[in-house]
Amino acid sequence: MELNIKAKLAKDTIKADSERHIKVNPEKCKSCKERVCLYICPAHVYTLDKENQVVLELDGCLECGTCRIACAELDWHYPRGGFGIQYKCG
Amino acid sequence: MDNFDVIVVGGGLAGLSAAYCLAKAGIGLLVVERGDYSGAKNVTGGRLYLNPIRNLLPDIWEQAPLERFVTKECIVMMGESSSMAIELSSGKFGQKPYHSYTIMRAKFDQWLADKVMEAGGMVITKNRVDDLIMDGSKVRGIIAGEDKIPANVVLAADGVMSLVAEKAGLRQRQKPMDYAVAIKEVIELSPQTIEQRFNLEPGAGTARMYAGAITDGMFGGGFLYTNLNSISLGLVVRIKDLMEKQPPIEVPQLFENFKQRPEIKGLIAGGETIEYSAHVIPEAGMDGIGRLYGDGILVAGDAAGLALNTGITVRGMEFAIASGVMAARAIITATGKKDFSSQSLAEYEKLLKESFVLKDMETFKKAPHFLDNPRLMGRYPQFVCDALENLMFIGEQPKKRLVGTAITEVRKKLKFTQMLKDGYNAFRSM
Repeated sequence: MELNIKAKLAKDTIKADSERHIKVNPEKCKSCKERVCLYICPAHVYTLDKENQVVLELDGCLECGTCRIACAELDWHYPRGGFGIQYKCG
Repeated sequence: MDNFDVIVVGGGLAGLSAAYCLAKAGIGLLVVERGDYSGAKNVTGGRLYLNPIRNLLPDIWEQAPLERFVTKECIVMMGESSSMAIELSSGKFGQKPYHSYTIMRAKFDQWLADKVMEAGGMVITKNRVDDLIMDGSKVRGIIAGEDKIPANVVLAADGVMSLVAEKAGLRQRQKPMDYAVAIKEVIELSPQTIEQRFNLEPGAGTARMYAGAITDGMFGGGFLYTNLNSISLGLVVRIKDLMEKQPPIEVPQLFENFKQRPEIKGLIAGGETIEYSAHVIPEAGMDGIGRLYGDGILVAGDAAGLALNTGITVRGMEFAIASGVMAARAIITATGKKDFSSQSLAEYEKLLKESFVLKDMETFKKAPHFLDNPRLMGRYPQFVCDALENLMFIGEQPKKRLVGTAITEVRKKLKFTQMLKDGYNAFRSM
């Protein structure tokens, strides 16, 4: 079944913030076995790079907070004022 | 920056409702919203029940940007390849004043922010509140970027994640057991198509809830609401269940499977998705409510955990509006006494206890425990669908007696004592 999150996110207005609003704890992240962030995020912000490390594509973040609830190790903030998702319907 | 009597963090329903009442009472206030406009960060399913709050914000509802008044309520039990729907078409719900409306938050919240400004309140957007000015455990104002803005009272109305209430020490980081993630698509269709497809009078709408196989045994369900010229289609799943699911599955995939179900496909056919959104919902009911006030601070709406899922109705927005109004009333009283201590602001909790907010949450405090039952999201809906399929199917062989068929089905699929227990819990939670 077709699942294209990028196409869905393309419908939204998201103003990218140059400041990264979510940071992982590199040490904890490396040794984490569950890595629930990879499938729990509705916007697929979390992916793996070639070295099998978690990387974040924050420009697609919908600021829902699911990852913050699922992972206690995140340094989690909202994007700065005037950045991030700007819903037209909500 | 100037000194304000009150700083409201978050221009959503709780914050703006409080601000509107405070502005009307002549109290100097500032609403700080991080989005480009109020509503920019906010999402509902969703529908607003008006009766509990109509008189709390008097005289504004006539002009409010509401979508459709809901006259049809539908609960659909979803099996793997079958479903059974119960639909209520209510003449009562179709009479003025209508008891519930679908709404869209980006429109509605902007409108309410305009009302606040008309009443003399100040709303600044594109500003994120980073921290609180603290004096020991007392809250003395907010810090937003370079700005430190003192205030007599801060109202934390910053939504479900409420980093402000957390910084004030009024609540802890959220637990996966107590929260669900919801994702939604808004699908554009003409008003005529919507009315024909759902058999609705002009301006009327429908609300549908779907439970069963679509969440694969996890706590949650699907929803569909009709707006003026769009359909809101979404899926909710508890975060803990997603974390523990083996093999793992993504909510967007579950949602896509739901969207492709024949029960849904025809309803959204020809529509174009115009928005994709995600939001977290408090699901713990009474047990999920944080501390509601402290020295120089109050917490309202989702930030306080004020939301109630009874399994039949899902409510949050009336609780946000009402708690905002109660917070404003408590602040007005405190302003009269010039006392913003915790003892003085305790008035807020008293008002909430006297109102439907904490009364309803108390009445349905067992609902989260009752709903925390995988059989409700799996075996029971499947059983109902299978049983009806067997009753209604005519095969080659002569048909057996209907009662016998039903009893065999129950014996095969369910444990009688378990069913009695679940039935008893349902009764207690209602």
